[in-house]
Amino acid sequence: MNTDLMVNGQAQRLDADPRTTLLDALRNYLHLMGTKKGCDHGQCGACTVLVNGRRINSCLTLACMHDGDEIVTIEGIGGPDDLSALQQAFIAHDGFQCGYCTPGQICSATAMLDEIAAGWASHATKNVASLPGLTVEEISERMSGNLCRCSAYPNIIDAILEVAAGKEQS
Amino acid sequence: MTPFAYSRAATPSEATGLGRDGASFIAGGTNLLDLMKLEIITPDRLVDISRLDLAAISETPEGGLRIGAMVRNSDLAADRKVCDSYPVLAEALLAGASAQLRNKATTGGNLLQRTRCYYFYDTAMPCNKRAPGSGCQAIGGATRLHAIFGASVHCIATHPSDMAVALRALDAEVEVEAPEGAIRRLPLSQFYVLPGDTPHIETVLAPGDLITAVILPPPQGGRQTYRKVRDRASYAFALVSVAGVVALKEGRIAHASLAFGGVAPQPWRNETVESMLHDRQPSAGLFAQAADALLADARPQKDNAFKISLLRRTLIAVLNELTDADQ
Repeated sequence: MNTDLMVNGQAQRLDADPRTTLLDALRNYLHLMGTKKGCDHGQCGACTVLVNGRRINSCLTLACMHDGDEIVTIEGIGGPDDLSALQQAFIAHDGFQCGYCTPGQICSATAMLDEIAAGWASHATKNVASLPGLTVEEISERMSGNLCRCSAYPNIIDAILEVAAGKEQS
Repeated sequence: MTPFAYSRAATPSEATGLGRDGASFIAGGTNLLDLMKLEIITPDRLVDISRLDLAAISETPEGGLRIGAMVRNSDLAADRKVCDSYPVLAEALLAGASAQLRNKATTGGNLLQRTRCYYFYDTAMPCNKRAPGSGCQAIGGATRLHAIFGASVHCIATHPSDMAVALRALDAEVEVEAPEGAIRRLPLSQFYVLPGDTPHIETVLAPGDLITAVILPPPQGGRQTYRKVRDRASYAFALVSVAGVVALKEGRIAHASLAFGGVAPQPWRNETVESMLHDRQPSAGLFAQAADALLADARPQKDNAFKISLLRRTLIAVLNELTDADQ
């Protein structure tokens, strides 16, 4: 069946079996290999992309359910010549080892900073009616849907906190 | 995944008609697609209900809240009225899943998510919930995560939702539209059914019935909390959880609603425990009696007797927190 997607600002028409997940559509039909398949069951976060600005697991949604939606993958966040602030910070803080989870980590963190800016509480927020702070506990909790088997977590958190602090100042 | 036909419903009545004829609804898809990939559930027709106009949160004429069935878990947890007046619900939502999943999972779908029992998930194993009449491999197997209340000799699986536990403590109702358009409201207490000898039947919904909203009564006041104990600090299902709403008046408990997760096939509640607390002064002795009364009904499996002491301590901790005069 036909599905129209806006992927990284480009209109794309997909003709695929309705069983095709958004993840498989991105990788196997649109050849955007930055989004990674880890568990394929919504447990690891390697497939995280932004849909209409929200972070989701692209493995747990059907491409055909996203007709007309705007998708941003790691390729749309930034490339070698135009790295986003988070991409630069991950490099500066060595926020990875093997790198397989990194596209998902960066897509997830990109949307996560918007969630904090919107005042969304987390499980780490003491009072859900108060504004969340930018602490290690908050970032760890909010990023718990992205696993890193190399366990680069401390450096990932450092990278995110640096960008979050910069956003707060600007 | 086995092949299926996909269509998108434009209206609830279109969805209910297709559902009555055997199609399965898909909204957030975070649980259904997981199960379809593993071929635990193999629908031949999917009706996409995610774009139905059911994503609003609005106040009811009585001063409560009407939560559309398509409201995402993340939007519900971030809603100002929920955070201010029903914080136990926001806390329960935020204690569940990951941010990515909460951005997809819907209010209606969360209520209908399936158990994470290992044996339900393993299609090589007998499971009365997945394949009625095939048996239960969980009983006598690895039962650390299983139920201590409400189970049967046919099924000992737990309901995995955190949100539903908070809704149970808040006396929520579920609004359902049937094929042909009849709309009814069910208290959440009457929405789920215990496994008995038909563990594949989990709710009172009939084919085609569509959850359109969850209704909260006006805020009860008092303090609220959701305490969840799990194997990891984040992104794990509950071993036990307690949703508590307690109001004090002149040093006595004027109102107590308590619901329990991770311990039963549905969000668990015990009115005897609540009435024991009513109009009494908070004390360690009273809370111990309440825990005794709750756990008198507990029937552990071989690996999960720890849930009895864990639930006891969690309940007492919640009661202490909600009645602490210093807070």
